[in-house]
Amino acid sequence: MPVMTTSEKAVREKLALVKDPEIDSVSVLDLGMVEQITVEGSSVQVKMLPTFMGCPALEIIKANVENKLLELDWVKSATAVFVYDSPWTSERVTAEGRERLKEFGIAPPPEKLDPDGAWHVDCPYCQSTYTTMDNIFGPTACRSILYCKQCKNPFEAMKPVSTMM
Amino acid sequence: MKSAQEAKADQNYQAALTELLYQLADDDFIIAFRGSEWLGLAPHIEEDVAFSSINQDTMGHAAIYYQLLEDLGQGDADALAHGREASQRKNAVLLEEVNGPGHYLKKPLYDWAFAVVRHYFYAQAKKIRIESLKNSSYQPLADAAVKINMELYYHLLHWKTWFTQLATAKGEAPERMKNAIEKVSADMGGVLALGPKEEEMAALGLIESEEVLTQRWNREMEKVFAPLPMSLPAVEMKRGDGRSGVHTSDLDSALTTLSEVYKQDPVASW
Repeated sequence: MPVMTTSEKAVREKLALVKDPEIDSVSVLDLGMVEQITVEGSSVQVKMLPTFMGCPALEIIKANVENKLLELDWVKSATAVFVYDSPWTSERVTAEGRERLKEFGIAPPPEKLDPDGAWHVDCPYCQSTYTTMDNIFGPTACRSILYCKQCKNPFEAMKPVSTMM
Repeated sequence: MKSAQEAKADQNYQAALTELLYQLADDDFIIAFRGSEWLGLAPHIEEDVAFSSINQDTMGHAAIYYQLLEDLGQGDADALAHGREASQRKNAVLLEEVNGPGHYLKKPLYDWAFAVVRHYFYAQAKKIRIESLKNSSYQPLADAAVKINMELYYHLLHWKTWFTQLATAKGEAPERMKNAIEKVSADMGGVLALGPKEEEMAALGLIESEEVLTQRWNREMEKVFAPLPMSLPAVEMKRGDGRSGVHTSDLDSALTTLSEVYKQDPVASW
């Protein structure tokens, strides 16, 4: 792993405080949305990957990232840009992110897909595998709606997206 | 592989590229608008959730293409989406058609069979186009295609499921599907068309030729139709070529509605 400079470390600490406006337990770092941090003197540029292109939260996230970084006294300018030359995939959600999603009642994306593209996740509340897909589409672009037959709770799961699709 | 700067330095390349981007952008933009008019009217609540999610994704895809056009110096992305007249639009005529008689606020007599067939045929054509665009000679477009493809996967799965289930259902569904298939096929040629600059697009490696893409679409359709009690009519372009700016009054009324707020204050900051 490359050595992180003190300033980059400070930037990452701040980014850990920028939450997804629609899932307020996970940060943009947890979601794997941060692709690159460039610090040049007093200016910081953060390259970010959008989860879904039509996500209405993107502009809000961009503003939140910039404002959060400006809280560092040595930062005079902060810009967040969305790029997609390397696509966001659901494998980018970190181990910590996966736990935080569960706290919010959202099952983390499945780690692998069946050969036919079908996928399965356990209930984030009771961990039962006895779950069914209710709607592959959900309240936001990145989520699906499922139902746990064990604890009888409806729940959501982060949709898997991969370049293999 | 070309970057935005290299594309701008080559006039022929830029002309063919912007033409293609306008088609891609305008297609997704108008079908997402028509789809969003179904909100609250879909056959059941889960479909309302799914369909609106698909429309939101699709509008996001249009936004990327308009952004790529902005990067090439075509103007502000929002203005490209909302401010252009019908005659400047390059979308296929099929995609601008109203969902059915009536207005979505007053007595909408929308036809779900038409929605399923139109969206399924379109999603399949888009999938074939996107697979080809992944190898586009224009790097930013190839990158966008990789991203769009991951979302399109779910759209295609969705519409294909509806399509095969309704086509093989009991009751009035197969008959209504048959009528919708005829109606959609009569203008589907306009979706598969790449317009007057088609040859340049293929020669410059922006996308494969219309002929190759159409063959692929037909092959996919044959597979899906094989077990069904109906067949696919030959696709036509009965009401004209939207790629050349030919449109129906349905597009005018759609543009009036969708740009109403934008036009009240085009310089407002959102």
